[in-house]
Amino acid sequence: MAEAARARPKPTPETQHFWDGTQAGELRLQRCDSCAHVYFPPRPFCPSCASRKVSVFKASGKGTLYSYVINHRPAAPGFTPPYAIAVVALDEGPRMMSNITGCPQTPEALELDMKLEVTFEKLDDQITLPLFRPAKG
Amino acid sequence: MRRNQVAVVGAAETTKLGVIPDMSQLQLHADAALNAMADAGLKLSDIDGFATAVETPQQVCHYLGITPTWVDGTSVGGCSFMLHVRHAAAAIEAGLCKTVLITHAESGKPMIGKPPRSIAADSLQGQFEAPFGVFGPPSMFPIPVLRYMKTYGITHEQLAMVAVVQREWAAKNPRAMMKEPITVDDVLNSRMIAYPFRLLQCCLVTDGGGALILTSADRAKDFPQKPVYILGTGESVETPMVSQMETFTSSRAFKVAGPLAFKEAGITHSDVDHLMIYDAFAHLPLFGLGDLGFMPHAETGPFIAAGHTRPGGRLPLNTNGGGLSYMHSGMYGMYALQESVRQMRGIAPAQVPNAKISVCHGVGGMFAASGTIIFTNEK
Repeated sequence: MAEAARARPKPTPETQHFWDGTQAGELRLQRCDSCAHVYFPPRPFCPSCASRKVSVFKASGKGTLYSYVINHRPAAPGFTPPYAIAVVALDEGPRMMSNITGCPQTPEALELDMKLEVTFEKLDDQITLPLFRPAKG
Repeated sequence: MRRNQVAVVGAAETTKLGVIPDMSQLQLHADAALNAMADAGLKLSDIDGFATAVETPQQVCHYLGITPTWVDGTSVGGCSFMLHVRHAAAAIEAGLCKTVLITHAESGKPMIGKPPRSIAADSLQGQFEAPFGVFGPPSMFPIPVLRYMKTYGITHEQLAMVAVVQREWAAKNPRAMMKEPITVDDVLNSRMIAYPFRLLQCCLVTDGGGALILTSADRAKDFPQKPVYILGTGESVETPMVSQMETFTSSRAFKVAGPLAFKEAGITHSDVDHLMIYDAFAHLPLFGLGDLGFMPHAETGPFIAAGHTRPGGRLPLNTNGGGLSYMHSGMYGMYALQESVRQMRGIAPAQVPNAKISVCHGVGGMFAASGTIIFTNEK
């Protein structure tokens, strides 16, 4: 890691449950109680049907590699290039941006649609980031 | 909106384009505006409508000395000026104002008088994208490319050809920043920026600006320049987060804005003589050709690689050289509009012979927004 710190997310009232989840080792998504739509990023209503009746649930943490870039320059503070910036398609439906750990940051190692699983990286006492690694087995 | 009720009667870029270390961003707005007013033969007191992006309307109006009765500060990224044209046409038709000035300027390189762009840590982007190492457009805009390539069988060589062909157009434009011919090998051997994209597949960073003046078509004939009519318009937005696009195989904002403009214009794709598709990065012309309905996405890469969009090709595309080779000050949409207007006036350096209909399609943010304007020189 370079010396400058990685951008640190600051939770809002609408997203606090997500960041509480990553600290507890859980990837939390939301599901609409009215139409069953699963969505991300967090908000206290369904972006598909506008219902305010929604529930937070623990996602499987499993997904596949939807797309990515391998960033060379300019590198973000806290990152040593080259590093992959990935979008993961979660098994529950939503997609989220993340990084892929535990494998070389190369086109050969990063195959689209490869199976991934969530892993958690503690940034500090308040924030833990959800990262992904190649699924075992 | 009705067709051909509003026309562009003034159009100009800043006196200089490229590297302009002796002018602030605000002065670049004024330079473009004064050039456009001279082009139209108008005085400041003739302008009663004003639109701009990033800078506020009050900032530029006060600096220029304009007292408007209609303003639009829509700021959705580089296609903001397409949206301004659409909104201005509606405002003129509705009688809210008579003569609208639209300005863009950006001190892209020295950043003189330009506020820094920042992402708040408690915004959705700050929470769900920034922590994963995105850092400026080159790290974000190409994120959909690998999925697009896999889905449609697009090759690295085809995406390199976008830059090669646009350099051919740029060579015909004296004001283009980059005019030296390049090959597919040059592109594929240029410095890696964000795989799969290399330096020559990423837009320039330059300084400059441009301005447009619009008025009603019935007044347009009294102006010194050949009127360029607004035939059709469209706009939309999707998401400020590239990771949250509905799909990486298409842009929803493109698919809404483009067809809206074609429907309003009442034209088909075979009617299009000249096409501009905002090319911040090399994949955008492919997304544009597909989402605007010119051809299936899978055919876009082969179509460009076959030379159909190059000088002499059947669909002249990005004839100024585009954001890849002409100039890109951060919000390129204004320069795409300027080139469409030049083509419709018949005065472009790389003029398409007898061009009567020009489609100008813009993107804002990383597929966050879109605006499409269809121009014609026949009423």
